[in-house]
Amino acid sequence: MSELTFDFMGKRKIAAVLSIIAIVLSVASLAYKQLAFGLDFTGGTLIEVGYKVPADLVSIREQLSNAGYESPMVQNFGSETDVLVRLAQGYTPEVGEQVLSTLSGNGQYEVELRRSEFVGSQVGEELREQGGLGMLFALGAVMLYVALRFQLKFSLGAVVALGHDVIIVLGLFSWFQWNFDLTVLAAIMAVIGYSLNDTIVVFDRIRENFRLMRKGTSFEIINTSLNQTLGRTLITSLTTLIVLVALFVFGGELIRGFAVALTVGVLVGTYSSIYVASNILLALGICKEDLIPPVKEGSELDEIP
Amino acid sequence: MWKYALILCVLLLGAVYAIPNIYPDDPALQVSGARSSIVQDSRLQNRVLRILDEAGIQYLSSEIGEKNLLVRFADNEAQLRAKTVVASALGDDYLVALNLAPTTPDWLVNIGAYPMKLGLDLRGGVHFLMEVDMEKALTRRLDVYASEIKGLLREEKVRYRQVEALPDGSITVTFTKSEIREQAVSVLRNEYREFRFEQSEDDSNFYLKATLLSATLKQIEAYALQQNLTTIRNRVNELGVAEPLVQRQGGTRIVVELPGIQDATLAKKIIGATANLEFRLEAKQDELRSRTEIYEFRNKANRQGDVRVEKDIIVTGDSVSNANASFDENGQPQVNITLDSKGGKLMNRVTRNAVGRGMVVLFLEYPSRVIGTEVVNGKVVEKRKVFEEKSIISLATIQTSLGNQFRITGLDSPAESSELALLLRAGSLAAPIYFVEERTVGPSLGQENIDLGVKSVQIGLLLVLAFMLLYYRVFGLFANIALTVNLMLLIAVMSILSATLTLPGIAGIVLTVGMAVDANVLIFSRIKEEIKGGSAIQTAIHAGYERAFQTIFDANITTLLVAVILFAVGTGPIKGFAVTLSIGILTSMFTAIVLTRAMVNLTYGGRAKVKKLWI
Repeated sequence: MSELTFDFMGKRKIAAVLSIIAIVLSVASLAYKQLAFGLDFTGGTLIEVGYKVPADLVSIREQLSNAGYESPMVQNFGSETDVLVRLAQGYTPEVGEQVLSTLSGNGQYEVELRRSEFVGSQVGEELREQGGLGMLFALGAVMLYVALRFQLKFSLGAVVALGHDVIIVLGLFSWFQWNFDLTVLAAIMAVIGYSLNDTIVVFDRIRENFRLMRKGTSFEIINTSLNQTLGRTLITSLTTLIVLVALFVFGGELIRGFAVALTVGVLVGTYSSIYVASNILLALGICKEDLIPPVKEGSELDEIP
Repeated sequence: MWKYALILCVLLLGAVYAIPNIYPDDPALQVSGARSSIVQDSRLQNRVLRILDEAGIQYLSSEIGEKNLLVRFADNEAQLRAKTVVASALGDDYLVALNLAPTTPDWLVNIGAYPMKLGLDLRGGVHFLMEVDMEKALTRRLDVYASEIKGLLREEKVRYRQVEALPDGSITVTFTKSEIREQAVSVLRNEYREFRFEQSEDDSNFYLKATLLSATLKQIEAYALQQNLTTIRNRVNELGVAEPLVQRQGGTRIVVELPGIQDATLAKKIIGATANLEFRLEAKQDELRSRTEIYEFRNKANRQGDVRVEKDIIVTGDSVSNANASFDENGQPQVNITLDSKGGKLMNRVTRNAVGRGMVVLFLEYPSRVIGTEVVNGKVVEKRKVFEEKSIISLATIQTSLGNQFRITGLDSPAESSELALLLRAGSLAAPIYFVEERTVGPSLGQENIDLGVKSVQIGLLLVLAFMLLYYRVFGLFANIALTVNLMLLIAVMSILSATLTLPGIAGIVLTVGMAVDANVLIFSRIKEEIKGGSAIQTAIHAGYERAFQTIFDANITTLLVAVILFAVGTGPIKGFAVTLSIGILTSMFTAIVLTRAMVNLTYGGRAKVKKLWI
């Protein structure tokens, strides 16, 4: 497998263009369509009910409107018999029971309450803030660590790659208006961790090669490094993806958003570890000198025999 | 050599502590006495078992524990039916709660090995987040202070014009002459260290403004939260839920989690009932109208007519530490009330001069409804309208001067006395609380989630194992063993730490499975490279592990960093995910580096010349 030498860096301009287009589209989508925030972030009431037979969404909506609930949102949840009802109204302790009795129409239909959630809009707002802060904090901590272990230019490369991944995943969620709740946010943070994992492995190899290889431009050194780590990168991504697909297919509706976010994140993360991070390194003009630990002045003289 | 011993030790411990998780819990019924005087003994056990037999409900077994009687059932249906039957048969003296009883064998329990705790999304139950209305707590406290100050000034014969509590946390006393104000200052300064006093005047009046020190404000808030915490805990206990969680969150919020609760509405009604009390004197016939208010009785059935009550409050609900219904010497129903020491003093001071007059207990209810949202200082805030309802629950004649322990007699029936006691207890809440968040997971959904989660872990694991075996052959086998051991260690650590497993937590386990392979892949790729570079097999293995360790360390630490941040920032289920991820990373580092190394050494170590490496 390692016989294949692929000229990664040669294609880097194309890759850069691709990335930039993806980012621009994502940002545009986020700005106009915004994210389909889940209950955790918007606040409101959410009730999941299960019917014994496939549910008629239209009639459910009617029933609720007639009962006086303002613009209820009704959708299927995972299967035809499960229905999710979202209400924007404020909280009363009986709302779950009330909706249930409205829907059952006095025993006409068999409905079972599977879960109900209420989040005050204050709490929702707080979670939004905390989530955003958490992500920024994670990115900051990461940048610091990489700068310490490697070098500032690597740190920049890593952070840009991570930012790239996060924006694209968010953009995708915004474009398709997939439900964005707390578990998805957790998945994105896992993506940060995972993508970083990847990027560091590549950096490690680059660093080693800079020290080992006597000749070769930065371009060639990075290219070689990428080729060497390609095998490992692909295999790890593959095993992680296998497992994620299992989660997606068998994990049930509640975990689906999480699985999707992670899957997309892993794919994009692998790509960014190869192209984005190293691209930035090259653009910043990484060279051997950057990696040599600073030498004390006195010792120079001692070297001369 | 000792390294192998260490590894073996760790493996054994891991296995032992992970085993409890294989034993599934039994649905069970927990019966305990509502009051500590009621004991769970074999008589109770026989009674309960007889009730079940008569109802035709089959049970597996029963045992008397130190705190309660436990009866186990084969399935949820039997458990639910049993609860209804037993609860109605035993009545109010006993609490009957649903629970999941562990079936861990004794020898495991004795060494402290328990199965993992399941989160609400896997177990079913209710989660509330409640916020204490600190503003109300403050205003109420100020009202009491204002009454106290009025009383003190009157005692010292300082003629004030008006005493008014303001919404900004201060009390303003108005005087007509500055000398009177001086008097007041000397009196109040000694008695009330909690305030900062400022004097001011305008054309007609002299003012004394007493502002609460910020230290006192904080104290009031902390006290309000603590009071609410205790009261809610008591209420939760009355629900008879097994293993409830009641905790403070931040400075103003309380988290309540009730696993296994089937009737969420009842729980909400009981926990969320906000109320308070005010003890006041009935107004004298010739009292100034401006100093009195009129109230009705709460229970309109018994009495007619309204009562004119003084505006001044003697003590409020938060001074009430206990209220019990019992019987006096003649066997007549009565209610015993206990106040805290400060409340007792205040009660004494007032009732000393009021023997023969009537004392009224007002019950305050605050049904609150959200009527919309608005933006305040850039934050989205709920607009809540709180309706205050005050009504009389007791009107009794003061026979002697009262202190911190007194009783109310002359009640119509035991039912009335126990209701009064209940209301008094319900009212001893420092500040109203309202719900900001609620999640209910029905038990069927909980079970479903577990099933789905377990299935996806199993499938994901199998697929990865198959892949590794195909691609890396013998070394793949090592990696697979390491992976399974990894999972076992992960479960063991979580069981030891009593960490809670949530649905995202299961996802975290699944992710660990995928990523755990990574470390092994790094090492093996390295070894392959070294061999290709011409190193001898042994050297290659050695170098592979050496070199890869650096990378593994760097890469995993960063993921760990992110997991820790997630743990700090996240709540509930997210925390569960962060926990499993963190532990998973640590265990996978251990198994990949230490364990596979040991296995490789065992297989290839002794031989000097290894011809070919199956890798």
